[in-house]
Amino acid sequence: MTNLTDLTVAAIRDGVAAGTFSAVEVAEAFNARVAAAQALNAFIVTTPEAALDAARKVDADRAAGNALGKLAGVPIGMKDLFATKGVQTTAASHMLEGFTPQYESTVSQKLWDAGAGMLGKLNLDQFAMGSSNETSYFGNVISPWRRNDGSTAAMAPGGSSGGSSAAIAARLCPAATGTDTGGSIRQPAAFTGISGIKPTYGRCSRWGIVAFASSLDQAGPMARDVRDCAIMLEAMAGFDPKDSTSLDMAVPNWEASLNADMKGKKVGIPREYRVDGLDADVAKSWDDGIAWLKDAGAEIVEISLPHTKYALPAYYIIAPAEASSNLARYDGVRYGLRDLPDGANLQEMYAATRAAGFGAEVKRRILIGTYVLSAGFYDAYYTQAQKVRALIARDFELAFQHCDVILAPTAPTAAFGLGEKTADPLAMYLNDVFAVPASLAGLPAMSVPAGLNREGLPLGLQIVGRPFDEQGVLNAGLAIEARAQFSAKPEQWW
Amino acid sequence: MSVDTATVARIASLARIKVSESELEAMVPELNGILAWVEQLGEVDVTGVEPMTAVIPNTLRLRDDVINADPLTGGDVRDAVLANAPAAEHGFFGVPKVIE
Amino acid sequence: MSEYRIQGMTGEWEVVVGLEVHAQVTSNSKLFSGAATAFGAEPNTQVSLVDAAMPGMLPVPNRECIRQAVRTGLAINAQINKWSRFDRKNYFYADLPQGYQISQLYHPLVGEGEIEISLDDKNPEADVKRIGIERIHVEQDAGKLMHDQHPTMSYVDLNRSGVALMEIVSRPDIRSPAEAGAYLAKLRTILRYVGSCDGNMDQGSMRADVNVSVRRPGEPFGTRTETKNVNSVRFVMAVVESEARRQIDLIEDGGTVVQETRLYDPDKNETRSMRSKEDAHDYRYFPDPDLLPLVLDDAFIEECRASLPELPDAKRHRYENALGLAPYAAGVLTADVETARWFEALLAAAAAKAGKPEAELAKQASNWLISELFGALNKLGKGLADSPVTAEGGAELLALIADGTISGSIAKQVLEKMLETGDGAAAIVEREGLKQTSDTGAIEAAIDKVLADNAAKVEEYKGGKEALFGFFVGQTMKAMQGKSNPQVVNELLRKKLG
Repeated sequence: MTNLTDLTVAAIRDGVAAGTFSAVEVAEAFNARVAAAQALNAFIVTTPEAALDAARKVDADRAAGNALGKLAGVPIGMKDLFATKGVQTTAASHMLEGFTPQYESTVSQKLWDAGAGMLGKLNLDQFAMGSSNETSYFGNVISPWRRNDGSTAAMAPGGSSGGSSAAIAARLCPAATGTDTGGSIRQPAAFTGISGIKPTYGRCSRWGIVAFASSLDQAGPMARDVRDCAIMLEAMAGFDPKDSTSLDMAVPNWEASLNADMKGKKVGIPREYRVDGLDADVAKSWDDGIAWLKDAGAEIVEISLPHTKYALPAYYIIAPAEASSNLARYDGVRYGLRDLPDGANLQEMYAATRAAGFGAEVKRRILIGTYVLSAGFYDAYYTQAQKVRALIARDFELAFQHCDVILAPTAPTAAFGLGEKTADPLAMYLNDVFAVPASLAGLPAMSVPAGLNREGLPLGLQIVGRPFDEQGVLNAGLAIEARAQFSAKPEQWW
Repeated sequence: MSVDTATVARIASLARIKVSESELEAMVPELNGILAWVEQLGEVDVTGVEPMTAVIPNTLRLRDDVINADPLTGGDVRDAVLANAPAAEHGFFGVPKVIE
Repeated sequence: MSEYRIQGMTGEWEVVVGLEVHAQVTSNSKLFSGAATAFGAEPNTQVSLVDAAMPGMLPVPNRECIRQAVRTGLAINAQINKWSRFDRKNYFYADLPQGYQISQLYHPLVGEGEIEISLDDKNPEADVKRIGIERIHVEQDAGKLMHDQHPTMSYVDLNRSGVALMEIVSRPDIRSPAEAGAYLAKLRTILRYVGSCDGNMDQGSMRADVNVSVRRPGEPFGTRTETKNVNSVRFVMAVVESEARRQIDLIEDGGTVVQETRLYDPDKNETRSMRSKEDAHDYRYFPDPDLLPLVLDDAFIEECRASLPELPDAKRHRYENALGLAPYAAGVLTADVETARWFEALLAAAAAKAGKPEAELAKQASNWLISELFGALNKLGKGLADSPVTAEGGAELLALIADGTISGSIAKQVLEKMLETGDGAAAIVEREGLKQTSDTGAIEAAIDKVLADNAAKVEEYKGGKEALFGFFVGQTMKAMQGKSNPQVVNELLRKKLG
């Protein structure tokens, strides 16, 4: 019999619908695989019963001849940034340890409505702040990938959606939710040899997702291939009146319109991304990508995004500024941790609670954000950054007059070892140099696996599209996927 | 612009995060490193550029004035509101006594 | 306006005042959530997950709140900003669940406008001054802390958290306690006319932050203090007076005024410094990234404009010009929207009953309302809102006077009975036999008796002491127990006295 945990979302959905196997069989197989992978620390909590309950309902519906949802019988992982009713939701922070939401996030609700089941809540960087999943209060996620030199050094799964990327790469779930503020879907996808798409800002409701930086946060799917991403995204996206920034647009049939033929399409190659000292393997995979898209019929054009260099510094003003305000609600009054030293007054309780509840990286960003918004500095930092952000968005707008999609590396390097970059926050931030510009401009962007580097670690290629053109992004991803023939998977050591 | 210990202490106090002396000492160079790096934004000529106000050009939708139109964003949910409170008594949240 | 000066030890001082009034917007649900806004609910029952700032909750603005703020702006002739935006004001307090208040600093919804006040009670057309309004913006109210329910804890009730407020900021154009009081009262009048705020100051629907500074006349502004949350017209006047006096004494003693937040203690009639918040002023305002720019189109604004009622100044002018009322009466009747509504209902009903134009009956109706009904209600400790006599009932009474069924003095008795029993005027008149008589036979008989009993006075009258005529009228009315038609009495008396 097929190994059920090797199947894609599409294959599970189709198999359940055809009766080749039951949804419960699928859930049981993934539950077992999750239970056996504790060494990866990909989940903060597992919810095998939730997965089984959803599966039983799908099986019953099928037996009764009821219509099945788009994700009927597909068990997935839920990044622990999405509020799940009755299931602890922590944002990987001590601050929210034990917090049990009385509500379900819009995106997770849509997934359950589509027939998906929940295997558990996936680990992440604390409050989604990090690029290696090393800031979680619940411990590092270990990537299933290792270098091909026989080393047993633990590798970073990327971040912040590191639990999601590790779990998918290790076949603990066929798909998972991610969120992307400055690359948090794409970079971990690249690090672990899977696919992930951040849709246009506003496609997926932010209601019920623990906020990091509101003007940047966007949910999206992570899965093993482009088709699975399209299926997942169709279920996750859609207008939500509860989110003022939600796009009031119909959700296209992305899966049905997948088309790897790039004839008549122009692919832009941004000159500014060829930074000095670009990793040779990364540069090569980029060239491969160019060749593949050309092979798929696309015309390659060079484009310029002149303000690329300033994207990351702008991001590191805007995101911490918003975060410093978004995270003010964690004060020990209504939920979450309360640290009340003897005799402390209200303000002292706040300070003690927040000191105990937030990790070092979260504190660092709150302090930066507080500083750049403080009296006398607001214009020099925040206003300037929002102006630069406008210029970055304009760069893309101009570039898209000459091309349909943009191709670039997802990250400047392949995965690094855990602990290798934790001493230097700036070095860590630089990981998102290629991912952040699309976030600042709210554009749809995805990462697809392109191959392995000389160390045997996966590399990703990034496709950025026009606003609302997820289809163009998915199609270019599919064209690369078809030619990259990426089939490597991590050898099971856990 | 660079920050000193006193500035970081003031910022931490504004952000209501208690920091020890040693933490403060460690934070100063870290924050200065990050601030020095973001300050390269000052090089960019932004003459005539308006700060971004909406990522995807869009304006605010207004909702109808209906009580509890959507139970998820309506009232009459006191149990849910208080469910996770560290100290909830008689339908209130409890906090250390505030002297005004 | 006469200049208000305060005498100090070292000379005259002028007080400079600006008011920031927080007015609760009349709406069913909150500014950014669907929870109800009604006053007096059980703690934390009118709180949504959004108002409690649960993780991942987002604000969606209420159209009605925006509409009411725009209508208010139009009512004070203010500029409506078609492009505005919400900002976050960041600070930590237990009544502020998000850790920030959503407000409007950089781009408020309403720009500059003005309000006309008068200090002359007798004539609102005299002693008029314009007070500039700098802006009106929309923001969230905070929750409420209760300190006296537990020995070591304060209790937090978030029912008010997220209720929409308009903050109406005046220019520092106010120069005396009386002006401050008149401004607040006029603003309240306008808000109640517009219907954008119920103006219930005792329920906290309207409260003022009072900015006070003093200076030598003609010199630049001094340092100001801000006295928070003053909740009546009287207290606002008292704050201006006591805070100005405190500042003058301080300066004349060689001290300096510190820019600070103060609280008013009505029992002691003084202000005192609030808990010092050394970094409380770094609010780190920035545009709320959960919300997009608020863009209004002409149609929205025109709909707001078209929905405005006749406003107090316009109504007062109409009462004077079209109804012929005296400025004082017009001022009294238009000072509150409910009074004006009551008066107009009374006048309309009276006109309908009499089949006469309103203008003809306006004075009578106005006099009766102001001198009779107000006085009677006052004795009962009631107002128009809980008056046992309706406007329709009042009109019935006026009609009985107008058609000669009862006299003015009988009308007083009838009104008392109406207030007592809730019965209609006609029914009371019928039951109590108060109908005045025009039966000339009965009146003549009464007159003959009066004249016979007062023969000496009749002689005096005939000798030229014409003032005695009133005496004969009074005696006749008395003999008739007030129920004779005074006009008929007059006519018959004249005839008989030759």
